[in-house]
Amino acid sequence: MARLNVNPTRMELKKLKARLSTAVRGHKLLKDKSDEMVRRFSAIIKENKRLRDDVEKQLSETLKQFSVARSVTPSYRAEAAFSMPSSAVRAECGTAGVMGVEVPEISLVNEKSAGGLPYAYSEMTGEADFSVGKAAALLPEMVRLAQVEKTVRMLANEIERNKRRVNALEYVMIPQLEETIKYIKSKLDENERAAVIRLMKVKSKT
Amino acid sequence: MTGKIAIIGDGDSITVFKAAGVAAFAAEDETKARDALRKAAKEYRIIFLTEELYRPLEQFIKRFDEQPYPVVLSIPSKNGSTGHGAELLKSAMERALGVDILFNN
Repeated sequence: MARLNVNPTRMELKKLKARLSTAVRGHKLLKDKSDEMVRRFSAIIKENKRLRDDVEKQLSETLKQFSVARSVTPSYRAEAAFSMPSSAVRAECGTAGVMGVEVPEISLVNEKSAGGLPYAYSEMTGEADFSVGKAAALLPEMVRLAQVEKTVRMLANEIERNKRRVNALEYVMIPQLEETIKYIKSKLDENERAAVIRLMKVKSKT
Repeated sequence: MTGKIAIIGDGDSITVFKAAGVAAFAAEDETKARDALRKAAKEYRIIFLTEELYRPLEQFIKRFDEQPYPVVLSIPSKNGSTGHGAELLKSAMERALGVDILFNN
């Protein structure tokens, strides 16, 4: 491990010692943070898996059913029926902090009006109404999944970044500082010995 | 603060959500989806994207991972799930933990 390029003086030694103690403390803190993040992450990812399985199953079902329901009516009429937007669903979007990472926190507002249909009952078959209702009922869960999945992805990024920091401290910064401190210490000792010897020589000559 | 929800996908898969109150943008291929996504990202906070379109745009979507919003979610289209969601989950898990704790294979 390469040592830092510094002058072997007492001043530098003092500075380096302070830096080493900061690095060690920082390393410990970051490591703790990493551990806690991993713990939270494993809890969240389990929820994510459960939600995803659930949403995917229901959604595939709904879409398949809607495909069938839609095929009963001629496509131009179906297009016309669905061309009018119904009342837009709005979501309350905030942010929450998980271990210093800002993650989204979403909740649906005004869920009830989402059940209204944008077309007349005579235009489409009853099955289509049913799938629209199902899709609307599925929305809160999808939004929840969106939130959880984003959290997982952001946490994963942060954990990766944090791990890199911990490793840089542990395997580069700290060994480098230790080595430099050792070098300065030995250099100073040597100087001291040299001074003593010089004195002794000077004394013996007289 | 309130945000709007959008969905991008092929025609059949998104119509039903249009009726449920979600803004729907039709996109058949990668380029169109990219344009739609770029526009939607400015205005909408939650964007659902069908798996078929999400897959080629993965690199593009990664840029959203740095801020909380917009949230882009991959959903199965009318052709059913292709397991893409599980793949995304797996890659995030492997990056963060280095081991597989969910799928065990």
